[in-house]
Amino acid sequence: MEWQEVVKRLLQNKISLLGILIILFFIIVAVFAPWIAPPRDPDAPYLIPRAGWSIEPQPPSDEYIFGTTEGQYDIFYGIVWGTRTAFRIGLIVVGISTSIGIVLGTIAAYYGGWIDEILMRITDIFMSIPFIIATIVLVTILGQGLTNVMIALITFSWMSTARLMRSQVLSVKEDEFVQAALALGANDFRIIFRHIILNTIFPVVIQASMRMGSMVITASTLSFLGVGTPEGYADWGQMISFARNWILGVEGNPLNYWYTLIIPGVAITLFCLSWNLIGDAFRDILDPKLN
Amino acid sequence: MIAYIARRLLILPIILFGVSMLIFSMIMMLGPYQRLSTYINDPAQLKGAEDIDQLVSKYGLNDPWYEQYGRWIGGVLKGDFGWSESAGAPVTKAIADRFPATLELALLSLVPVIFGGIILGVLSAVHHNKALDHTIRIFAVIGWSFPSFVFGLIVLMIFYGVLGWLPPGRLSNWATEIVRSADFVSYTGMYILDGILNFNFSIVLDAIRHLIAPVITISILWWAFILRITRSNMLETLKKDYIRTARAKGLADNIVVYKHAVRNALIPVVTVAGQMVLGLAGGLVIVESIFNIRGLGQFMANAAQQLDYPGVLGGALYFGFLLILINLFVDVSYAVIDPRIRLE
Repeated sequence: MEWQEVVKRLLQNKISLLGILIILFFIIVAVFAPWIAPPRDPDAPYLIPRAGWSIEPQPPSDEYIFGTTEGQYDIFYGIVWGTRTAFRIGLIVVGISTSIGIVLGTIAAYYGGWIDEILMRITDIFMSIPFIIATIVLVTILGQGLTNVMIALITFSWMSTARLMRSQVLSVKEDEFVQAALALGANDFRIIFRHIILNTIFPVVIQASMRMGSMVITASTLSFLGVGTPEGYADWGQMISFARNWILGVEGNPLNYWYTLIIPGVAITLFCLSWNLIGDAFRDILDPKLN
Repeated sequence: MIAYIARRLLILPIILFGVSMLIFSMIMMLGPYQRLSTYINDPAQLKGAEDIDQLVSKYGLNDPWYEQYGRWIGGVLKGDFGWSESAGAPVTKAIADRFPATLELALLSLVPVIFGGIILGVLSAVHHNKALDHTIRIFAVIGWSFPSFVFGLIVLMIFYGVLGWLPPGRLSNWATEIVRSADFVSYTGMYILDGILNFNFSIVLDAIRHLIAPVITISILWWAFILRITRSNMLETLKKDYIRTARAKGLADNIVVYKHAVRNALIPVVTVAGQMVLGLAGGLVIVESIFNIRGLGQFMANAAQQLDYPGVLGGALYFGFLLILINLFVDVSYAVIDPRIRLE
């Protein structure tokens, strides 16, 4: 199927269209963040400004339309700049880990034999420890901070792409067009790139799209558990960890601090939902079994 | 089949060695002083040793890495993972104390996760492209996008904060007192099972009440996962010739779907069991720390927060080894049951 056809069908499908619209919204927020929520200190825009020093969250008001969370961090500001953080995590982590996976998976399948065996055993080893636990360990060792979180996520997320790519390449390796290219004397690199990767890329793209959401979830889980971004950094997961002490509200009104949890919760869920909607629709379009 | 099992058993030591190397290389990223903590089994060992350099050389922390690996793995094999500052106990003991709570939660979650996911997937496929199918799929994609920690906190806010039905923790205060009293024999450390064995059913009910919210939080995510695999396999199976034959010979629709199709559609589902076990184990970290369940996951989360390196590393190694063995067991038993799997 051609790219144009896929894009056309993604836009025709109501569900994926919804996903695309939500992502567009987030892109606009991320791009225009300096105008939507002007930073107090232009050199450190990712630090959420504080409206005071009291611990107790304050409800939405004219000045702080989403209210402030624990420690008087401005929720609106955190959400807006957190969008940039989410895109940075998603794009960098998924981009790099998918590339690693494509390269290793292709090498394993194309050359086969002991190269394949070694690469796949390494893949197995990296997959043996649950993803979230492995990332917790690595971030603990490397130390807090967004860069270290991304390094940990990349280190433990390339394996599924490698496996997928390997099985994809194995299935086209024996195809006639690849054999023809070999017979014509094309070099390995050209065959791998022109003839194999371009013919096997769609499932990898679907997987990458679904992973955008899950990487952002994992990164915010780390922040939530207190091993992610440093305090005060514009990051949705951290905003939710601020909410943690306040979810039971006050005597007589258990929902008193709802905004500290629900607002960042909605932002992160919508972000992941949009990527998953697109990935889901994409998969249906490309899966002939389901048509 | 024997060849398949033999191959799996031959690979096992390689994987175990690889995982231990992976963890060890993370230890080596720490400096010698920080690494020291992974060798100390009791804070008393540090007393009187003002000169930390002396300790560093005593434990050989400046030796070449392979010598250090040899010593480290020797200790690990003896169950020696160092002293956990966050738990105030040796890592091995901390893990052993917390293991029953995690096992109880994991076992209790498996049933709703697997059956819920399969039932939804089958319903979705049988009603392909009808309203029910669309509804189930929309819930699935939302469930898949909902971060567990947000969902868990919302459950806590509503069902504990507002309604007071599902409290966090493992037991209520009155039940904890009973469990700690001398009359109550702790056979397994899993309160539901212990309650039954002690014929104390109020403990059983109390333990179940505390587990409902965590189990639901874990299930939401995995329903979506199992549902999708079941659904696409079911759709494929329903188009097979033998299903048409079954219909043609006049079997009732229900029998065709639930007896002939479901069984065959489920085979690919079991092949992802290993992946699921891993995912569930990861989910426990989040769920246990939200619902304040004193288990392995909460231990990992606390240890990470307090930079308790031995705790984090020991926990990861323990999780890794345990899951490798579980996965091996799952794979081998399915290979025994179904000849098709071992051909892959």
